[in-house]
Amino acid sequence: MISLTVNGQVHEIDVEPDKPLLWVLREDLNIVGPKFGCGVAACGACTVHVERTAVRSCSFPVSDAVGKTVVTVEGLSQGGQLHAVQRAWIENQVPQCGYCQPGFIMAAAALLQENPKPTDSDIDDVLSNICRCGTYSAIRRAVHRAAAILGGAS
Amino acid sequence: MKKLGRRLAIVGGFAGAGLLGVGFWFARERDRLGNRRLLNLKSDEVGLNGWVKIGRDDSVTVAVPRAEMGQGVQTALAMLVAEELDARWDQIKVEEPPESAVYRNVDILIDGLPFSPEEAGTVVETAHWVAGKLGGVLGVNATGGSTSVRDAWRPMRTAGAVARDLLLRAASRKAGLPVAELTVVDGEVRKLDGTKVATFGELVDSVGDLAERPPPPLKKPADFKLIGKPLPRVDTLAKVTGAATFGIDVRLPGLLYAAVRNAPTFGGEALSFTLKQEKLPKGIEKVVIVPGGIAAIGTSWWTANRFLDDGVEVKWQAGPEPTLESAGLWKRYGELLESGKPALTRTLGTETKPGQVQVLTATYRAPYLAHTAMEPMNCTAKAGPQGVEVWMPNQSPTLMRMVAAKVAGVPQDQVSVHTTFLGGGFGRRAEVDLVRQAVTCALALSERPVQLLWSREEDVRHDFYRPMALARWRADLETAGGAQKLVGVAKRQVAQSPADQFPARTIGLPVQGQPEGNAVENPPYAFPFYRLDAIVADGSVPVGFWRSVGHSHTAFFDESFVDELAAALKKDPYDFRRELLADKPRHLKVLETAAREAGWGMPLPQGSGRGIALRASFGSIVAQVAEVSVPDGKTLEVKRVTCAIDCGPVVNPAIVRAQMESGIIYGLSAALYGEITLANGAVEQSNFPDYDAVRLAEAPAMTVHLVDSGSQIIGGVGEPGTPPIAPAVANAIFTATGRRLRDLPLRLA
Repeated sequence: MISLTVNGQVHEIDVEPDKPLLWVLREDLNIVGPKFGCGVAACGACTVHVERTAVRSCSFPVSDAVGKTVVTVEGLSQGGQLHAVQRAWIENQVPQCGYCQPGFIMAAAALLQENPKPTDSDIDDVLSNICRCGTYSAIRRAVHRAAAILGGAS
Repeated sequence: MKKLGRRLAIVGGFAGAGLLGVGFWFARERDRLGNRRLLNLKSDEVGLNGWVKIGRDDSVTVAVPRAEMGQGVQTALAMLVAEELDARWDQIKVEEPPESAVYRNVDILIDGLPFSPEEAGTVVETAHWVAGKLGGVLGVNATGGSTSVRDAWRPMRTAGAVARDLLLRAASRKAGLPVAELTVVDGEVRKLDGTKVATFGELVDSVGDLAERPPPPLKKPADFKLIGKPLPRVDTLAKVTGAATFGIDVRLPGLLYAAVRNAPTFGGEALSFTLKQEKLPKGIEKVVIVPGGIAAIGTSWWTANRFLDDGVEVKWQAGPEPTLESAGLWKRYGELLESGKPALTRTLGTETKPGQVQVLTATYRAPYLAHTAMEPMNCTAKAGPQGVEVWMPNQSPTLMRMVAAKVAGVPQDQVSVHTTFLGGGFGRRAEVDLVRQAVTCALALSERPVQLLWSREEDVRHDFYRPMALARWRADLETAGGAQKLVGVAKRQVAQSPADQFPARTIGLPVQGQPEGNAVENPPYAFPFYRLDAIVADGSVPVGFWRSVGHSHTAFFDESFVDELAAALKKDPYDFRRELLADKPRHLKVLETAAREAGWGMPLPQGSGRGIALRASFGSIVAQVAEVSVPDGKTLEVKRVTCAIDCGPVVNPAIVRAQMESGIIYGLSAALYGEITLANGAVEQSNFPDYDAVRLAEAPAMTVHLVDSGSQIIGGVGEPGTPPIAPAVANAIFTATGRRLRDLPLRLA
C-alpha cells in the first residue's frame, strides 16, 4: 500500500511503485483533470504540482510522490475561490478545445510562485507545453494578467 | 455540374447500401424545428421546440448537436437561439440532444458543391436545394468543413424566434393580456412600457398545450443584441477547473481499459497471438483481436499498454504495400505528374498561343501530415442485451452509430452515442476506426464498459493523413515587344483523395477515383487562361480530412507560384495580386486590409522580409502577411502574422479571432515541422519529439482584422485560417533571403 496526499486528501492505494503518477491519479483516484497527451513528458498536458513544483506526471513514478503534497487542477482553487491563474484564463477566454489547459494552468501557477513578474522570455522558457489549438497568445496575456492579480491588481 | 453528379452517386450509394432508414426530409427551417418533447426534459423544465427548453430556475438550455472541439461551436450556436429568443446570455446553458434527423448538418453537403459562395442564380440555387434535400436523406449529424454556423444560421435562429413566440403566448394566457401588448427583453416577458410580466422560469407551467405556429420573421441584423458581440464562451469555466469531460475522462462503474497495437503496415491485421507467459498477469483480463490490431484489456490502461510490449507475441498479416518508403512514393508521384491520366481537367478563360513565349515552371511538394489532436484517440463502449452504448469524442455521431450497430450486429436504434468534449478534432475524429475497435472489445466483455485508448505513438503511426502532394505550375509569358505579358497558367497536381477514401472505408462505398473538392477549387485570380489537371494517386496510405483538407497544400502551391510569377514579371507580389483581383471586391478588400495593417512596403531590417498570401475557403476569404527574420541565413523566426478575414456576418468576433490564431498556429506547425515519412510500409515518426508542434516560444505575434464587405452570406471560420500561412511564410523567406522554398516543411538548412 502507498499513501498519497492529493489536493489535501490522503489516499491509501495498492499500486505498482513504478506506475506513473498520472495514471494513479486518473485510474486509481478518478482525478481526471491531469491529461494524457504523449506519455514521454514532451507536451505537458499531465502537469501537476508535487511539493509546489510543476512535474510532468506521465513520466513521474508514483513512488516519488509518496509523503509529498500533490496538487492537480482540481485542487488549485482555495476556499471556493478560483486561483488567480484560473481567473486570468477566464478573463482572457484562453481555452479552445481545453484539453491541454489544466497542464498549462498548473505550469503557469508554478511559474508565478517562483517568479511573480515573469517576462515574455521567462514565459517562453517555462511554458514549453503544447497546445494544438494555438491558444499561445491568449496564454501569454493571461499569465501577465495572473501576475498582476497576484500582485494586488483587481 | 460534374461534382454534383458525383455527390448524387455517393448519396445513391448510401441509400443503395441500405444503411440508412431515415425518410425524406426537405431542407426547410420548419422541418428542422423538431417538437417540444424531443429534448430530454427534467421535471422542472419544459421544451419549446427541438432546440430549446426552459427551466423553473430561469435557465434556457439550447441543444447543440455539433462537436465542441475548441472552435466555440457551443457558444456560437447558442447565441443564434438566444438572439431571436431575446434571452440573457447568463441564463444560457447547452446540452447534447438525443439522436434525431432534426439535427442533421445539411450544409456539410452543400459545402461540397462546385460553386463559390458569391455565385448565385438558378443553377446554384437548384443545386443547393438538391443538396439540402440529400442532406436530409442522409440525416448526417456531423461536424466538419467549417459548416456548423453556416448550417445553423437559419434553423437555430428560427428555433429561437418560434420559442419567443410561444413564450409570449404563454405569458399572454397567464397574465390575461393580449400578445400584441407584450415583448421579450433580457430574458423576461414585459409589457411594451417595460413593466415585467413574467420571467421565463415563471412560464414553465403556462406553456401547456399551446399549439405550434409558423415561424415568425427573423430579426434584421441591425436589431441584433447578441450576434456580433464577443460574448464569453459557455465552456470556459469547466475547462479551467478540470471539470470538462473529454472522451478519455469518461468514468463508469466497472470500467475496464483497453490499450491497442495496430498492425505495423497499413491495411494489416493481427492474425493470432501467443502469450509470453502461461497466465495473464494481474490487472490484465483479456487480449482481443480487433479490426486492424490487437487490444489488451485490464483494470489499468498503463498496465495494459505495457503488457502489449512485454507480454504478447502477435502474428501480423501484412498490408498490401509492406515495403513502401517515401523516396519510392515520391518517384511514383513524379511519374504520375509526368504521364498520369488526370481524373479531372478544368480550364478557365481562353487559351492563346503567341509566337514568342517564355515558360516558367516550378514544382512543389507537400508531405503527409498527422493530426496529433492533443487528446489521444479513444472510445468507450458497453454492449449488453439492451444494445450498445458509446461515449466518444467524435465528429459524427450518426456515422459512429451506424458502424457500432454494424459491428455489434444490432439495429441502429439499439445504439446510443454520447459525444463528449473533443480534445481537438481537426478531421481525425470523423473516422470510425476507434468505434470499431472499442465495440469489438465491448462485445468480448459481458456488459462491462471498456475505454479503449491509443498511445500517442499509435496515433502518429495510424492516422488518416493529410495527403502528400506533388504539383507543377507552369506559366506562359509572351515576350514579343519587349515587356513580358502573362498569357496563361497551368497546374498538374498529384495526390490521393480523402473524399474518395472516406466513404469507402467508413461505410463501404465504391471508390470513384475523383479528387477531393477543396484541392481543386478555382483560383480567384483573373488569369487570361487557367488549366488544371488533377491526377488521383492510389495507394494504401490512409488519407483523411485535415484542417482545411486540400486547401492546406494547394494554397501553398498556388500562392507560392503567384509570388514566383510576380517576381518573374518584376512586380510587387501584393500589387500583382491586386491587379488579378480587380473584379473581386471582397478578395481585394481582404488582401488590402492585411497588407495595410502589416505595413506592407515599410522598411525592415536586413535579413527580414514579409510575405503575403490569400485563400478563400469554406465560404470565407483570408489573407495573411507573415514577417520573418532569417538573421544568419539558416535560422528562421516567424515574428508576426497579420491576418484579415471576411466571413460574412460575424456571430462572435472573439471566437473568429481565436479561430484565425488557431488556424495560423496549426498551419505554422505543419509548415515548419510537419512531415510524416514512410519506411518498410510504416510511419517513421512516433510522438512529439519527432513530430513536433509550434510552442509558445515560437508563436508569432498575431493580429486579426475582421473585414465587413456587407456580404450577408455566412462563411466558416474553423479552417480558413490555416491555408494561407505556409505560403505567406515561404514568400516572406524569399523576400528575406532570395531563396524560394518549394517543399514543405520549410527547411533552410
